Amino acid sequence: MSLSLEQSPTTGDEVITNYTINFGPQHPAAHGVLRMVMELDGEIIERIDPHVGLLHRGTEKLIEHKTYLQALPYFDRLDYCSPLGMEHSYVLAIEKLLNLEVPSRAQYLRVMFAELTRICNHMLNLGSHVMDVGAMTPNLWLFEIREDCLNFFERAAGARMHMAWFRPGGVHQDVPEKLLVDIGQWLDTRLPRLFEDAMSLVVDNRIFKQRNVDIATVSKEDALAWGFSGPMIRGSGIAWDLRKAQPYDVYAKMDFEVPIGTRGDCYDRFMVRVEEVRQSARIMKQCLAEMPSGPIASDDRKVSPPKRAEMKQSMEALIHHFKLYTEGFHVPAGEVYVATESPKGEFGVYLVADGSNKPYRCKIRPTAFSHLQAMDFMCKGHMLPDVTAIIGAIDVVFGECDR
Amino acid sequence: MSTVVHSAPKFASREGVLEALTKALGKAVVSAKEEHGEVVITVARGEIENALRILRDDHQYQQLMEIAGVDYPDRAERFEVVYMLLSVTKNHRVMVKVSAAENTPVPTATTLWPVAGWLEREVYDMYGVVFSGNTDLRRILTDYGFEGHPQRKDFPLTGYQELRYSEEDKRVVYEPVKLAQDLRQFDFMSPWEGAEYVLPGDEKAVAPPPPPAPPPPAPAPAPEVKAKKAAAPKKAPAKKPAAKKAAPKKGDKA
Repeated sequence: MSLSLEQSPTTGDEVITNYTINFGPQHPAAHGVLRMVMELDGEIIERIDPHVGLLHRGTEKLIEHKTYLQALPYFDRLDYCSPLGMEHSYVLAIEKLLNLEVPSRAQYLRVMFAELTRICNHMLNLGSHVMDVGAMTPNLWLFEIREDCLNFFERAAGARMHMAWFRPGGVHQDVPEKLLVDIGQWLDTRLPRLFEDAMSLVVDNRIFKQRNVDIATVSKEDALAWGFSGPMIRGSGIAWDLRKAQPYDVYAKMDFEVPIGTRGDCYDRFMVRVEEVRQSARIMKQCLAEMPSGPIASDDRKVSPPKRAEMKQSMEALIHHFKLYTEGFHVPAGEVYVATESPKGEFGVYLVADGSNKPYRCKIRPTAFSHLQAMDFMCKGHMLPDVTAIIGAIDVVFGECDR
Repeated sequence: MSTVVHSAPKFASREGVLEALTKALGKAVVSAKEEHGEVVITVARGEIENALRILRDDHQYQQLMEIAGVDYPDRAERFEVVYMLLSVTKNHRVMVKVSAAENTPVPTATTLWPVAGWLEREVYDMYGVVFSGNTDLRRILTDYGFEGHPQRKDFPLTGYQELRYSEEDKRVVYEPVKLAQDLRQFDFMSPWEGAEYVLPGDEKAVAPPPPPAPPPPAPAPAPEVKAKKAAAPKKAPAKKPAAKKAAPKKGDKA
């Protein structure tokens, strides 16, 4: 939409011509290091040219120089708001090449913690989206939930954010029984109370709706053409969720619903995420109820290491441990593209193996890359302050976008 | 693959999808295979746009999720460009590949999917593959004014340039990479299975080169000394230099 100067709301007696401003890379609403060169007509956006890559760390290049296991922690550092979601794609890609079976308990643990990651990620996104359009309180309340999630991660893996807990063949270590009990109680009491409290401030709020409803409407056709995924494509009304459509681990056994939007605007994307939090809690409860006991990692000693105690007794276990942590395991030659439903959308790993102990090529498909590209077409004709709402609804993290 | 025991995403199994797509694409297909549950179709470079159009319009692969570049320096056309297509109605994925060299442009896919714009920019930035018809083929992930294509296999891991804030100049300056110690490249490959270096001591097993023919006027003992020197153990090939110090001249940076 282009306004001629006579119709432009900014023109009174004097004529203001188009001008260009620089949004970011040091702007709190840019969610990281996004630089956007905006061409404005008054306050109306004519064109946006997002410049990404300011956080490019060459992750893919580094991975080519590491063994498969050494490359795993890099995935935590891609989307640092949902680390386990990133690891999930990578370990599944390796397992697909190896055709490696994962024990049932490990699959349940992975699904449960992937959903906890989703809750954790959405707390950050929903909170910051609300704050970008002017409300302070919900963000602080949601951070309380996020803090709980990070504590759970710490108790499971020993690290709050960069867990490196999913491993090819299972998970790194089993969780304490008490942790599962605590998570169950938290899901029943604390999470719904805090979350519904915070959402009651926002979802029917008049100002919040004014800032989000009918902003950046994306049709189904556009969502497909621009490579949208995750809450962005569901916000546009396409019921596409990789957890349902292409189930991995034990998602096939889980009973949950896929929320979709009706208008495809920022408000719909927000509400899709709100509902996803509830559905994630539902999945986690099912995992807790159904989780079997048993091993938490594959017993294929050529891929997953033996227990520490075993190494004290068994020479073979010691050799396996030594070989796995020096040379690493070899992955048969081949190429796979494995995509999972990360909290932000389809996170894919295109892994090319040449039969050695290092990936020949590991292409990471970030979610935000395609979404950011659509910024120009989504923002066209909107006001400058709407940009923050649109970025907030994209849910972009630059560690992942720039790699 | 025999039985699938892994738990990676399972999309709808399409018996015969490979044959159907190969038939539909006709002459464009160079090779097609199904491995590890992935359908991979290699098409001729000039036909890629047509092939993608057929897949999108006639076979319901509505989404282009990713374009990946891969570098195989040993091949005549060293780069591979891989298009990941997704069908949300048939619930199926397919990979379409073309090969390219540095000087052979690949027809753009931006005419079919607007999302291809940035994806192609990334492949261009990382590998230097040119896409003809892409109207906005700028660099995307690397720095403004960057030179070279970092994902190529012959590009060193450390790069050529490093930058720091200079207190004297009050601005960020670019300098050739200086490493305080060699980049630690551990090679844990078992020496019995394809190590590329010579194990220390292995060179003794190789017969020493024959001593050079003694020059006629020289006395007898001299050539013996020379022969000894030639047979002395050669030093194992040194580690690869971590970074080339001769860096390309950096353009001015705003």
